[in-house]
This record gives sequence, C-alpha cells and structure tokens, in this order.
Amino acid sequence: MCLGIPGRIVAIVDANAMLATVDVSGVRRDVDVQCVALPGAPLEALLDRWTLVHVGFAMSLIDEDEAKATLAILAGIGEADAEIAAFAERVE
Amino acid sequence: MTMTEPFHDRDTGRRLIDRIGEKLDRLGATERAPIHLMEVCGGHTHAIFRHGLAGVLPPGVEFLHGPGCPVCVLPMGRIDDCVAIADDPRVILTTFGDAMRVPGSKKSLLQAKADGADIRMVYSPLDALALARRNPDREVVFFGLGFETTMPSTALTIQRAEREGIANFSLFCNHITIIPTIKAVLDSPGMNVDGFIGPGHVSMVIGLRPYRFIAKRYNRPLVVAGFEPLDVLQSVWMLLDQIGCGAAEIENQYARIVPENGNPQAIGAIGDVFELRDVFEWRGLGSIDHSGVAIRARYARFDAERRFAVKGVTVSDPTSCQCGEVLKGAIKPWQCKLFGGACTPETPVGALMVSSEGACAAYHQYGGLRKGAA
Ligand code: SF4
Repeated sequence: MCLGIPGRIVAIVDANAMLATVDVSGVRRDVDVQCVALPGAPLEALLDRWTLVHVGFAMSLIDEDEAKATLAILAGIGEADAEIAAFAERVE
Repeated sequence: MTMTEPFHDRDTGRRLIDRIGEKLDRLGATERAPIHLMEVCGGHTHAIFRHGLAGVLPPGVEFLHGPGCPVCVLPMGRIDDCVAIADDPRVILTTFGDAMRVPGSKKSLLQAKADGADIRMVYSPLDALALARRNPDREVVFFGLGFETTMPSTALTIQRAEREGIANFSLFCNHITIIPTIKAVLDSPGMNVDGFIGPGHVSMVIGLRPYRFIAKRYNRPLVVAGFEPLDVLQSVWMLLDQIGCGAAEIENQYARIVPENGNPQAIGAIGDVFELRDVFEWRGLGSIDHSGVAIRARYARFDAERRFAVKGVTVSDPTSCQCGEVLKGAIKPWQCKLFGGACTPETPVGALMVSSEGACAAYHQYGGLRKGAA
C-alpha cells in the first residue's frame, strides 16, 4: 500500500477523466494519472513513460532504469508479488 | 549468519559500512552508548529487517522503529465503528487488504465478513467508486487510511465522485498526517532519537519543507531515504556525518523520486477535500493534536461519519499490551510481555503484529537477524 509499484503507461483511456492504462509486469489496469500530468502538454505526452503507482494512482514519473531497479528491490524484500497481485485484483 | 545478500552492489555496501564504522568510532558511539536513528516509515522498518541491516552495521548505531505504519496505529475504536457501519445491511464496505486483520475490541473486519457483513477488499478507492456506480441501490463505503502517501488517492476519488454526481459513495476517513506524529515522538518524555530516516513516499507528496522544524526547533537531522539497502545505508552515513559536525539539516537521499516541493496536484487535492481534526486517537500513543484529517463540510455528503451514526467509540488498548512503548522506541518488541506468546502474527493482540511493516511482526519473522542474536 505504501511502497507502490512501477509500471509503464501504455494507453490513454480517457483524457477528460485523466485515466490511462498502466502495465505492471504484464498486468494492466486503468490508473488515475492527474498527479503526473505534464503542465500544458496533452495527456498523450505520458505514453511510454514509467511511473510509480500507489493504490491506482500514478504518483511520480521515473526513468526506466529507476523503474527496473525499484522492481528488483521490491522483489528483494518479497513485496513485488504482493503488489502485483493487488494491482491485478478485480472486485465483483 | 544466514541472510539474503542485501546489496545489488556488494562493494559499495561494504565500503559504506566501513565508513559508517569509522564515523561511529570518531563519535565514540558503542553498543552501550549507541547513536539512535529512528526510521519513521514502516517500509523502511520492513527493509531493515528483511535485509538484516541492523546486523551488518557496527553496534554503535541502533535503529528505533517509528510510528509510520498506518495500519499499526489504527485504534480499536475506529475498527469497531467500521464494523458497525459494515453491519448495516445497505452497506458494501470496501478497504485495502492490510486493514482486514487489524483487531477491534470484538472483531476484525475479516471476522465481521465471516459473520456475514458485506466487506470487500479493493486495490484502489477507484474500485470502491466503480462498485458504487454498479450498485446504485447500495451504500458503498470506503474505509480509507494511511499517511500522505495514500491521502491524495482518496481526495481525488471524492472529487471524482462529486464530478460524476455519485450519491451512494462515502469515505470513512482515518487518514493521519506525518508531521504531528514526528512532533509527538520529539515531545515524548525521555526522547532519545539522534536523527531521523525520513519517509520516502510521504515526502514524494509533501516535499521537504514541512520537516524544517525538526532541524530548526529540535536540532535533529532528517534524511529522506529510498527503500533499497544501499539507500538506507547511505542515509545512515549522511545522518552520522551531520551528527559528527553538530549539524541538523533536512537532506534528501531519495531525490530521484522526491521533489523538493512535493507533488503540487496531490497537495492541492488534499487541501481541497480534507481539513485537520483537532485531535485524533492513535493505538498505543493516545490522542495526538491535529494528527488526523476529516472531510471538509463542502464534501459532507461523501463523509461516512456524517451519513451513518458513527459512535466514535474509544476503547483502551489491553493493559498488558505495550504497543505504545514500542512505537515510541522506548522498548524493543521482544521486551513486550506478550511478544511471541499471546501475541503472534497468527493471533495478533496489537496491530504492530498485523502488518508486515509493523515492528513486532518484523522481529517475529526475521528475529534471528536482530543484533547480537544471529
Ligand atoms: S508484541 Fe503485540 S502487544 Fe506487544 S507491543 Fe507488539 S503488537 Fe503490541
């Protein structure tokens, strides 16, 4: 919950609603990207960027090396699987 | 000693440990008179234990585990209130998985679910909002908790609910703020913290400025740190460096994620939706002034505390449990009389035993790595 997980922004779902699809280790879901929207730029500018996702919200843009290192750290402290499982969670 | 290789870059790790040792020698710090560093954030507590960092560092430095695990400090009364809301047959109660096992005075949310309450685990408050959209005849309540890391997500969800005119969604708000918490630690009698390892992801939201008072008024250094073992070691070294020359500054070891001024959009959403409560009760620490936030009157219709008759019960912790002393760094987890006996991760008495970020659960899981024991 507090550590978050890095993912790559792969599609813009709804620019008005500020939603984009983020891919975390092959798992995809829609994420709120308003906290990382670049001022004055269209939301498409976020495509292919890496971001740290906390509970469904992109909270910080990071570079690819940082993202991979962070994934390795999460795996190292045994948190990656739990974070990815949570990210994959769907409610009925 | 058995432990995972803690460093992606072994040489840098060794070198840092050597340099930390030299600094400690120069400071005259020993096992009997160590420098005390408090990691505020539960994520750091977890990383320190997982990698056995306390065991690889010289004995002249000791980690105190701070109150920064939001699940651990939820008071029993709030869980009881939450169970009462969930028992309303109109309600679908949603929350993060971490909150499910926290003990209330009678039951946890997990037990309430087993007893028939409609309680669902969600990954995001946005999932709770989606449930409300799909179930217009039900009341969907999100049990929100966490420090400033998760606070923007609930604030933005409430703004979204308002924009979409969703009438059957509300938040039972248990968010807490980091600054009054650190202040409570600094003001507690017998406080022996020489420096702070600052929370990484809270700082990503709030930036560095809110910590200035720690240096200015309390003359203690704080270094915001990342979660990799090398990050933690480097921040320990930066803190010792400051302590060695009598400095007290707020530094940023985690600049790759933490901007000086935080995240303006997130800060804006928090300020729009939330206001400080006069006081909020913490498990183990009692009431701390201005430490919690509530929903502003403008968003009252999304406030579960106003929509449901929440009693606001206060239940004192079991007298035998010493979570408060552990949270303030006054005793180590294994010094609690219940540790490992009545209180285990399977049968938690205190919340510090529930979350993997809680100090007691971490000691219990990785106890063999603790200083002097391995
Ligand atoms: S062992 Fe249990 S009761 Fe004792 S301080 Fe830890 S969590 Fe609290």
